Amino acid sequence: MAAMVITITSGKGGVGKTTATANLGVALALLGKRVVVVDSDIGLRNLDVAMGLENRIVYDIVDVTEGYCRLRQALIRDKRVSELYLLPAAQTRDKTAVSPEDMVRLCDQMRDDFNFVLIDSPAGIEQGFRNAIAPADEVLIVTTPEVPAVRDADRIIGLIEAEEKGPASLIINRLKPEMVRYGNMLTTADVIEILAIDLIGIIPEDEAIIVSMNKGIPIALDDANRASLAFHNIARRLLGEEVPFLDIREMPNLIERFVRFIRQG
Amino acid sequence: MRILDWLFGQRRPSSREIAKERLQLVLAYDRVKISPQLLETLKDELIAVISRHVEIDREGVEVTFTRVKSRSRLIADIPLLGARGQRK
Repeated sequence: MAAMVITITSGKGGVGKTTATANLGVALALLGKRVVVVDSDIGLRNLDVAMGLENRIVYDIVDVTEGYCRLRQALIRDKRVSELYLLPAAQTRDKTAVSPEDMVRLCDQMRDDFNFVLIDSPAGIEQGFRNAIAPADEVLIVTTPEVPAVRDADRIIGLIEAEEKGPASLIINRLKPEMVRYGNMLTTADVIEILAIDLIGIIPEDEAIIVSMNKGIPIALDDANRASLAFHNIARRLLGEEVPFLDIREMPNLIERFVRFIRQG
Repeated sequence: MRILDWLFGQRRPSSREIAKERLQLVLAYDRVKISPQLLETLKDELIAVISRHVEIDREGVEVTFTRVKSRSRLIADIPLLGARGQRK
């Protein structure tokens, strides 16, 4: 089957890596792909709760790499979707419990059985990040349209290029159309211009994502939500489909356009 | 306020524009791994080297960054007072 290994990373914490990993996993599985999502944030495990699978963990990634169980025993099947599995991180260990070589070996073991291996990277640029990108065929960088997040994304882009894992693609998360419209948020075009990388998705800010995280039901399972649609579009782009970006109404309104027109004279 | 700004021809930069400008500057430093302190050192050494050959206005020297098409450039603006040897 020859899986594609995709690492989701960001540099800065709290921008939505775990949410993106969970939802892309669901979206790809709903498209009929065999998917495993891997939590590589050892010591700060969270992908399990994002997926609502926290009560079903028996073994974790470190149990597998240290040989206490077989990979198959540690994989948790998400029963809501046909072929979606979670490999949870260990909670009582730290990043040094797994090496980049372990990650490469682990992912190679999964390549034959899955179409996609999605790795949720920890924040930061230390060993956890190195572990997460070591096996990657593709890297997705998540950022929000805010100065610290974009700055950290730029740093990560540099590190990924240095590791020859690039070019990475960008997911802009939590875009607020209203704020963009009033000139109070960086636009998609601004972020792309600054980072000079390809865009693969724009996720609008949506309170429904917080609700879905509260319940442990990834938003991608809801087919009537815009953020969900945005994740499904990314999944389709990963499969090579050309999907137009959602119209998030970044255009200035009529009065602003008129004012600009007058000023430009 | 927008209308007043417009009437008086003033235009305050939006927070978006401020964010973009700040990011571009901070990334220019990040990308070339040059700190403001290093920039000062560069400036001092440039002054020392150049003033060995030509007379310059030391106070007017400026060493800054700019970015053109996502490439960082180091710009040194060094006002000359007049080359040595040309004056009698």
